[in-house]
Formats: sequence, C-alpha cells, structure tokens
Amino acid sequence: MNWSHVFWQVPYKVCMDGWNGLGNFLYKTVFGFVFERSWKILWPALGETIYMTVLSTLLSYIIGIALGVLLVVTRKGGIKPMPKFNMALGTVINFLRSIPFIILLVMLLNVTLAVTGRMTGTMTISFPLTISAFPYVARMVEGSLMEVDGGVIEAAKAMGSTTWQIIWKVLLPEATPSLINGFSICMTTILGYTTMASVAAGGGLGATAVTYGLSYRQYDIMYAASIMLVVLVQVITVAGTSLSRKKDHRIR
Amino acid sequence: MSEEKPILEEAGAETPLIEIKNLRKVYQVPGGEVVALDGIDLSINRGQIYGIIGMSGAGKSTLIRCLNRLDTPTDGQILIDGQNILTMNNKQLMAMRRKVSMIFQSFNLLMQKTVARNVRYPLEIAGVPKAKANERVKELLKLVELEGKADAYPIQLSGGQRQRVAIARALASDPEVLLCDEATSALDPMTTQSILALLQDINKRLGITVVLITHEMAVIRQICSRVAILDGGRIAEEGTVDDVFVHTRSAAGKRLFGILPSEEEDAVSDVPALRIVFEGGKEGMPIIAGLVKNCGVDVNILSADIKPINGQPYGQMIIESPDDPDVRIQVVRYLTDQGLTVKEVRQG
Repeated sequence: MNWSHVFWQVPYKVCMDGWNGLGNFLYKTVFGFVFERSWKILWPALGETIYMTVLSTLLSYIIGIALGVLLVVTRKGGIKPMPKFNMALGTVINFLRSIPFIILLVMLLNVTLAVTGRMTGTMTISFPLTISAFPYVARMVEGSLMEVDGGVIEAAKAMGSTTWQIIWKVLLPEATPSLINGFSICMTTILGYTTMASVAAGGGLGATAVTYGLSYRQYDIMYAASIMLVVLVQVITVAGTSLSRKKDHRIR
Repeated sequence: MSEEKPILEEAGAETPLIEIKNLRKVYQVPGGEVVALDGIDLSINRGQIYGIIGMSGAGKSTLIRCLNRLDTPTDGQILIDGQNILTMNNKQLMAMRRKVSMIFQSFNLLMQKTVARNVRYPLEIAGVPKAKANERVKELLKLVELEGKADAYPIQLSGGQRQRVAIARALASDPEVLLCDEATSALDPMTTQSILALLQDINKRLGITVVLITHEMAVIRQICSRVAILDGGRIAEEGTVDDVFVHTRSAAGKRLFGILPSEEEDAVSDVPALRIVFEGGKEGMPIIAGLVKNCGVDVNILSADIKPINGQPYGQMIIESPDDPDVRIQVVRYLTDQGLTVKEVRQG
C-alpha cells in the first residue's frame, strides 16, 4: 500500500468509474489495508507509544504535582513562604528542564540500567522520559495553581484552615480544570518525547516512522505512523479540553 | 441625639471583646518602609456593630486583617476575649480564626464547589460529622434566605447572593466576631441595603460582634453603633456614630462626611445670605413656613444639604438674607428662638 497513491487515486476513480467505482476502491483499500503486513508493524507500535506515554505521564505527574504544590506554597507571599528553599527548588527544576531529552537519555543510561536493570526497551525508556518530563510538569502544575484566586486562599486561611487543608480542599480542587488542561498538554509533549525513544530502542510509532522511513524507505509506513500520532495528539487534546470544560463550574 | 442604646448593651454589659493597644504595622518596601498603622488604640465591646471608616490608604484594611492575623502587626497588642492573639501558636491561631470569621469585598467563594459545599467548608475543616454538618448548612442557608440555591454554583448567583453565601459560611463555625472587609463595596445600593439588614439581623439575633470597615459613610450611619475614623494609620476620631457625625472634630472626618462645613471654611455666597444649621431635634418642624408666616418675608433658598441621621435632620440650609436690616434681625431672632444656629454668610 502506498499512501501517496490514495491522494490522487480518489479523484481519479471518481472521474473514471463514478461513485460505485469509488466505493469499490475504498472497500478494497480499507479492508485490504487492515490485514496488510504494514498493520502488523503499526498496531504494536501504537500500543507501545500509548504505554510509554501514559506510564511516563502518570509517573511524572506523581512527582510533578508534589513539586508544583511545593513551588506555589513556599514562594514569597505563598501559604508557607520559604524563599530560600523555593529558589533552590526552582533552580534545580530549571536546570533539569533545560537539558534536551535526547541528551538526558544518554546521560542517564547508567542510572537507567541501575534502576530498571536494562538499558533499552519500552518499559525502561519510561524512566528517562519521566526524569525529563517531571520538571516540565512541575512548572505546568505551578502555573495552574497560581491561577487560583488569592482571595479564596485568604478566605480559607481566615476560616482557620491548616496548610494541608488549603492544599487539598482549596488549591487543588479550585485549579482542577486548569490542571486537566495542563495534563493533556504534558501528555502530548511526552508523546513527542517518545519518538526519540527509538534511539534507545524504545519502540513505538515514532521509532517505527524513523526506522521505516529513514532506513527502509517505506514511506507509507512512515506516513501512516505520523497520521496515527496526529490522531493521538488530537484525541488527547480534545479529551483534555472537553473534560476541563465539563469540570469547570465557573462556566454557567 | 438618639436616646436608643446600642444593641445588646444590656446583655454585653460594656465588656470589651476586642482590645487593640498601640498597634503598629510597618511594611518593608524597597528603599525604606511604609507605616500602615501608627499606634492604634481601640476597644470594641461585645455585641456592637463597630465601623471603621477611612479613605483608601488610611490603613483600615491592614487594621482589620490584623484582627485575625492575616497580617502580622509589627508591634503592639490585640486582645480578643482577653487573649493576646499575637503570641498565639499555630494551633491556637486556627482555633481563634474559627471564632473570628471574616467576609470580603470580592466574596472569595470556592468557585468549583456548590453553595452547600462552600458553607460546609468550615465544618469540614473542623472535623464535624457529615450528617451534622449538612443539617447545619441547611439552617445557615435558611438564615440567609438561600435555601433553594444549595446545589447552585457561585457563578450562577448575583453579587448579593454570593455575599449571603459568604456570610452563611462565615457563621458556620459559630463565631463571636464577624469581620467585614468592605463587604458591601462591590454591591449596588439596593443589595447593599439588604446585606446591611442581614448583618444587623445577625448581630441582634445571634449576638455576634460585627467589625466592619468601609469608605462609605452611609454604611456606618445605617448600622453601626460606634465608629472610628482612620487617617494616615492613626485614629483621627472615635465615638458613638451620632456623636462623631454631628460633632466631627477631625479634619479627616470632615473630609469624609462633608455634613457640616467646618468653621474655617464657611460657605460663600454672591448675595447676602444666612446659614441655618440643623443639629437634630427639629424633626418635622416647618421652619420655612413659620418664617413666611411670622416675619412676612419671601424666603429664597440658595442651597440646602440636610441628611437624616437616626431620623434627626442634620445639615445646613442657606437662604437669601432680607435687604431690610430690621426684617433680617427679625428672621434671625425667629430662627434662634426655634433653637437653630444662624450665621451670616461671608460674601464671595
């Protein structure tokens, strides 16, 4: 199956054979395509991509939310100001954030080996992915929490809330719509990172696209993998936006 | 002047609930410091509705925020029910804040929670069992007349309704004091009236001491029993509302109220005129009709600015002075006999 043919064949078939011919063409293409050899490559790759993305996103959110909360709580004028700690934490996060993933991947090879027992593979790649993504997540969470109206936090304080109660019952619930949006943005970013996982034989759609497109010159697989990535990003973004809107009670 | 005693005076028996002693608050800013509060001494009795009024930047917001330690004073003492809140540890502070509630200009409701959850919040953090808390929430919503809105979100409410939710929430922890930080400043006049009526009702029915800050003298006049005028971080004047409004001594007070022009800045008129000062107690007295009838003069009113305070008229009226000196003397005598103060107006 050559994808480039699809684009010019559709108008061609319509002109030559009318709509029946188009139906016949699409029938053959779609059903023939699903059982074609290419799909045997693409389906597992899609699974690997989803696996890496979801696992890394969840792991980086566990660390990132905690750090994001710490950043907001300890900042000057925060709920529990600790300016020196805040500055140290911010510096470390910025430092980690500024290392490109591909370099971090190589830098961390030995650490990855020590932690996961392997250097390559889909599961293993989630470790450097998480390390690379959590500072980004932390800043994202920080941004979401900073959007919470200071007056509401003040009111919670005035009612005699402890710091924990403010975090759990005010800060996080009030920021939920924004946190959901941030989550989908981080997920798509991590999805982008997974394409670089091919370097460490992480597999996935990105690796498939690079391997087949670059090494075997099988452009149809490259295009198919890319289209799947595009669809995946769309699904994550749309789901994130609609869930965020649904959870946002500030919208009448 | 009104003979009515401040609300609950019998019950509270003039015991100070809040005592502020030599309170100072200094903000460190780049290149120096700003003195927000400069030695405040106040005592607020149990059951009072105490108003603190001042221009923006006078320090009133800082002052009220010190009362529940949202701001930490630099120096001085605040005693609430005899306890110095400035030496409290964290745990005592939390307990104190449940006894000293606060409402805000911008309501500060949890926007992602329903009205009922908002009101339940103080009970949740105090660990009140759910069933009991829900029961209390119902009572409170009834008190603020929002029973039907329990499951609405704050965005669906009007400003006045939001402030009612905030009031219900503030009352959930059974406070002794309610601090109102410009609570009606974001509301229209009609809504302001209803919120003030609610505050007064709460004060009367539940015996909660209300401390409110505002820049609107109408608010003070309507519900407060005592008032302090804050100016430049100091108390310019303090006393009962009747007293402070009528016998305004401080420059800050005069600027704020503009009820009676001060002696030094007497009214100016183009034609010879007389200034009649109303200081209460002349309610319903037909002065002008009496003037026409008794002195036989046509009265030409140049300006009048009279406001009722506790049902008594306060203010001034400027009338054109009769040309004939004999008639003038007659007019002045008549008005003076009625107990009014009459003065010749400086010609501009």
